[in-house]
Amino acid sequence: MAITRRILLATTTLALSSHIAASADTVVKWLHIEANPAQVKIWEEVARDFEAKNPGVKIEMSFLENEAYKAKAPTLLQSKERPHIIYSWAGGVLKSQVEAGVLEDITAAVGDYKDNLSPGAVAAFNVDGRLYGLPHTVSQVGFMYNKALFAKAGVDGSKIASWDDLLDAVRKLKGASVTPIAVGGADKWPLHFYWTHLAVRIGGKPGFQAALKGENGGFESPVFQRSGELFKQLVDLQPFQTGFLGFKNPDAVGYFGDGKAAMVLAISSFYVTQRTLSASKAGVGDDNIGWFNFPIVSGGKGDPSDTLGGINGWLVTKGAPKEAVGFIKHFISADVQKRLAAGNYIIPTYKGAESGLGSEFMRNIAHNIAASKYHQNFYDQDLGPNVGRVVNDATAEIAGGTMTPMQAAKAIQDAFRQGN
Amino acid sequence: MRFAVRRRDSSKWAAILLFLPPALLLFSIFVVLPAGEAGWYSAFNWNGFGRPTRWIGLDNYRFVLDNRAFGVAIGNNLKVIAVSLLVQLPLAMTLAIILAERFRGAVALRMLFFLPYILAEIATGLMFSFIYDGNYGLLATIYGWFGAEAPHLLASPATAMPAILVVIVWKYFGFHMMLFIAALQGLDRGVIEAARIDGATGWQLQRHVVIPLLSPTIRLSVFFSVVGSLQLFDLIMPLTRGGPADSSHTIVSFLYTFGVTRMRVGFGSAVGVILFLICVTFAFTYKRWFMRDE
Repeated sequence: MAITRRILLATTTLALSSHIAASADTVVKWLHIEANPAQVKIWEEVARDFEAKNPGVKIEMSFLENEAYKAKAPTLLQSKERPHIIYSWAGGVLKSQVEAGVLEDITAAVGDYKDNLSPGAVAAFNVDGRLYGLPHTVSQVGFMYNKALFAKAGVDGSKIASWDDLLDAVRKLKGASVTPIAVGGADKWPLHFYWTHLAVRIGGKPGFQAALKGENGGFESPVFQRSGELFKQLVDLQPFQTGFLGFKNPDAVGYFGDGKAAMVLAISSFYVTQRTLSASKAGVGDDNIGWFNFPIVSGGKGDPSDTLGGINGWLVTKGAPKEAVGFIKHFISADVQKRLAAGNYIIPTYKGAESGLGSEFMRNIAHNIAASKYHQNFYDQDLGPNVGRVVNDATAEIAGGTMTPMQAAKAIQDAFRQGN
Repeated sequence: MRFAVRRRDSSKWAAILLFLPPALLLFSIFVVLPAGEAGWYSAFNWNGFGRPTRWIGLDNYRFVLDNRAFGVAIGNNLKVIAVSLLVQLPLAMTLAIILAERFRGAVALRMLFFLPYILAEIATGLMFSFIYDGNYGLLATIYGWFGAEAPHLLASPATAMPAILVVIVWKYFGFHMMLFIAALQGLDRGVIEAARIDGATGWQLQRHVVIPLLSPTIRLSVFFSVVGSLQLFDLIMPLTRGGPADSSHTIVSFLYTFGVTRMRVGFGSAVGVILFLICVTFAFTYKRWFMRDE
């Protein structure tokens, strides 16, 4: 009894003293939105590894769910308790944060390190010539398909190159009683990929730039009207699963993973999530899963190699300790990038790390992005929190048949004029 | 005599000075100030970062009123009120008249009908989103018995709101039933006895004696229905989040979706101010016209 008490006392004292030592450390608060436990586990190890190499520094991880993070960000960033490292999709939201003065200019602290990373991705975190963050992953939007279901309908996925090919494939799949496409319509953004990727194909980079400057009627220009009309052609074929407007994205991706639909217009990272979200947790296997880039549109000004996708990274907030930048550099170092790539969690931004990608499927995506001269960030991020969401609304309305392509283009242009 | 009056006066003032400031302070901090702030923000195009600087006058109100989804939301609020008054209230009252009598099982039935009201709104919403699921839900199973394919009620703009209305009636009729049972049990039995002796039959008794005597409770029930409709948010979120195609928003879910999650603080504030005006107008007119006696 006396011994136990003494041991107890000793451990408490020990715990207390170690606590005192810890509180003298520099604490870097890192807020992330990653929900996949397997990936978070690696991140935690990366953080512990950094602490071991930098005595006196402590990385404190905290998590917020994606939508909750977006809603909470303005209040959080303006409080004294703001985290030091935060997640970002770059684009319009990043610009408003820079204007509000809540971010730290890390141009000097990063220095030449940025030359190790893909220049296109780094540029997304550059606002008016100053660097505010670093990208750790990129992604591409395209069609993921189920080879067995395609074979059943006599469709060859590798032959789908033009928009008309896609429409043909949808007709054939319907003829063979296969649900052609799964989409999470309740979340709206999975639908906005159709309209925006069509715009990338039809107008190319100049089309988008012109809209931003308000030329040719901005987002009401022929480029965006045509995007809506072509999207409407697809919608009129009723290609989506029954009740698609009630499906959230994870439901739809799981539906594809279960082999119930032949295609999904996917972010490349769905390659992993279609497994975890499927009923069997196995999803569509490597021998059965295929990918084709978003079809080209005849007469379109976009280059066939142009891509639409995400650019994700980390920002440093105002007043953060300098170790925050150190940690980001460590997080986006060759070793860590290769490790995450090996698990197919990311398309790395560190030059050369893509060779470590664990599957042929992901290496193909990395190749596409590397070959792209114009990688358009997701509209709903790039155009800022409000206009982006209106794009989502309007495209979902085209899909639901409650707006014509013209009305949709007008709604988006109206929102763009109002600004964020 | 004069002295006594003054004393009573001064003690009244002491009570006011002692008890009013805390209440007034809390009311100002948590009600008046935020309401005023919302009014101020609603004149700006502001995303919540820094201080509001882009003054746009009444434009936010124009944007709100021009928004198709806002019109739909107002319509949905009215639908909720209509269903509450035309379906829920008669149902609750009928059940109350039956269950207010003492017979075997009456108490058990009351409990059973009251049960949905105790459930948390979010839990109810999740439960019904499973029931309504066209692939795996209870509804799909029932359709399956007849070899038919179930509709995806929450996934179609035409059926989502009606499906939500069913949940609302299911959830709240028990509460209104309890209001009526309490009122019925408080009725003066003598009046009813007298009507019986005068030869009133069952229906006449209900129509000319019981229901008129229930009118204060009916007015209260209507008041709760309207206020409940104006506050409706937590059932909508798990069921449809206002979708599909913004067909099932209420004013509050509209405010949250278009104001809060899109960081349009000015726009959201404008919706808030409009909602505030609707509430205040309703509360005062209703009190003045229908609840004057209470």
